[in-house]
Amino acid sequence: MATLSTTAGPVRQISRSRALLNLLRDGDELAHAVTLTFGASILVITFLLIYELWIHSTLSRQKFGFSFFFTSTWDPNFGQFGSWPFIYGTLVTTAISLIIAVPLGIGAAIFLSELAPPKLSRGLSFVIDLLAAVPSVIYGLLAVFTLVPLMRHTIEPFLKRNLGFLPLFKGPAYGVGFLTAGIVLAVMIVPYIISVSREVLLAVPQDQREASLGLGATRWETTWKVVVSYAGAGIMGSVFLSMARALGETMAVTMVIGNQPKVAASLLSPGYSIASVIANEFAEATADLHLSALTELGLVLLALTLVLNGMARVLIIMTARKGSGVAQ
Amino acid sequence: MKKPLLIVSLCLGIAGLVAAQGGTVQLQAAGATFPAPIYTKWFDAYKKINPKIEVNYQPIGSGGGIRQLIAKTVDFGASDGPMTDDQLKQAPFKILHFPTVLGAAVPSYNIDGVNTPLKFTGKALAGIFLGSINKWNDPEITKANPGVKFPAEDIVVIHRSDGSGTTYIWTDFLSKVSPEWKAKTGGPNTAINWPTGLGGAKSEGVAGLLKQTPNSIGYIELTYAIQNGILYGDVQNSAGNFVKATLASVSEAAAGAAKDMPDDFRVSITNAPGKNAYPISSFTWLLVPAQIQDTGKREILKGFLNWMLKDGQGYCEGLAYAKLPPPVVAKEAKAISLIQ
Repeated sequence: MATLSTTAGPVRQISRSRALLNLLRDGDELAHAVTLTFGASILVITFLLIYELWIHSTLSRQKFGFSFFFTSTWDPNFGQFGSWPFIYGTLVTTAISLIIAVPLGIGAAIFLSELAPPKLSRGLSFVIDLLAAVPSVIYGLLAVFTLVPLMRHTIEPFLKRNLGFLPLFKGPAYGVGFLTAGIVLAVMIVPYIISVSREVLLAVPQDQREASLGLGATRWETTWKVVVSYAGAGIMGSVFLSMARALGETMAVTMVIGNQPKVAASLLSPGYSIASVIANEFAEATADLHLSALTELGLVLLALTLVLNGMARVLIIMTARKGSGVAQ
Repeated sequence: MKKPLLIVSLCLGIAGLVAAQGGTVQLQAAGATFPAPIYTKWFDAYKKINPKIEVNYQPIGSGGGIRQLIAKTVDFGASDGPMTDDQLKQAPFKILHFPTVLGAAVPSYNIDGVNTPLKFTGKALAGIFLGSINKWNDPEITKANPGVKFPAEDIVVIHRSDGSGTTYIWTDFLSKVSPEWKAKTGGPNTAINWPTGLGGAKSEGVAGLLKQTPNSIGYIELTYAIQNGILYGDVQNSAGNFVKATLASVSEAAAGAAKDMPDDFRVSITNAPGKNAYPISSFTWLLVPAQIQDTGKREILKGFLNWMLKDGQGYCEGLAYAKLPPPVVAKEAKAISLIQ
């Protein structure tokens, strides 16, 4: 009895695993299983990321609660941590960069895909892809050496002279600050917007253009009312992809933003961003509460990205409905 | 069925080969970035003498070094600031401090029309960094620099934005010379809530901002200032003399503090006594567990510490670090026997 049962087990297992192998041999099941695992790993990684940030920020969350988001003191020595200046700086610099980069990027993409001769379009696209691959620290360095002096000596004094009555352009011109950081970010994200928008525009079926032209629309009417509106969701997608990059950009921003945790209405004023303060202080933070607060900032940045992306989705859905309504 | 078996046995074989290749002893270490260039040089030089010993040092920052040591993921750590009592309590084992070299922070500036080395009192520096002295022609600055014509311009303060040992030394000095500074900012730390000023990331960031911003003042590492030929000012020490930071005057500060040095070497030497002592100086430390179970590793580490105190110090000047003064070396040589 005993010998029988011990040998029967492995035999059955072997036959079972053989059956499994036969099942996998066709490839369909195997491919399904493998890709499912890979797909699921994204969810697992995201979950683990949030979980780890949540666990490691316990100390700070318990001590400050919701006041963490609304207070402005960041003092490692006295153990006072408020994240508002960093949230503010992140949002302001991202907004400035989008205001500059979106019209520029979409305009360039329309030109490249619809109006430019194909040869020129291909050449320029290559250059743009090259720009997108430049590491951010290079942009930061270039900004420190060229943009910052230009801002201090020329652009900021000009803004103060002509628009100084607005609270947006008050205070001393340091050359570093929200505006400079926003401009650097804009330069960094423009290639993304152009590159993705161009692909989306090129993917618009040729029939659409021909139909529109056939109905008597001009070249520009076709481009704007048919091609661009057809590609609207994709273009929005490119904008939000680049927004995510602007939100999380670290090195280039910290080099030009001034690193002062301060909330100021003036765009010329130095500020700080979430990603910059984490990069700056994490390595040398020794107090547990300080580390915990920095981790919570990471959580805040993640949440900010999620919320803005969620809003983007809603916007895309809404505009898509409107678009189809017009078409009918 | 045969194929998987083959693959498994191949994998095992490769793993076996990798494991058998050992023979050198590898020590893991992590910590401060400021002394990383000389540590790397030391470990490299020591490996040439003892080819079987390899130290892998990761300059991830003092905070990271302390945390990794407490978590026992490294054999020893390194820090620009001594561990606090709280941190020592957190560690499940006893940790010893060994000073290795000295660093200093120097005031550097960019003032229109001023190209000479300036003299700063501690009071002036504290006032400038507090924002209470905000014009270059403030009497606290001008009276120490007769003959220098200062502009009546606003002072732009520049500090490190990244957590840094240099900031620790700088704020430690300001806390000692100015009770107001200490009360307002809470004393020395690697990062503080600055009352005023712009932040530059790392030495390069501060130096860059200084260069570009007229009428600015900031502090930078002495090593960085020497290697890059940056102009910096003298600072008044506890004896009342204005001292220029040099490798010698920094070592002098350590010698001045050696007399009252506690046995665990956790001591601040800012504003140290001594006629020629540069007042904004500090040790940087290796953090070594007092008990090391692995006899091999223990002897290697002790051997390295002894070598570092003698031959290792010879590498200091080439890399612009200040040497340990003889009394400190003697005291440390004794303390090495505490590692068991």
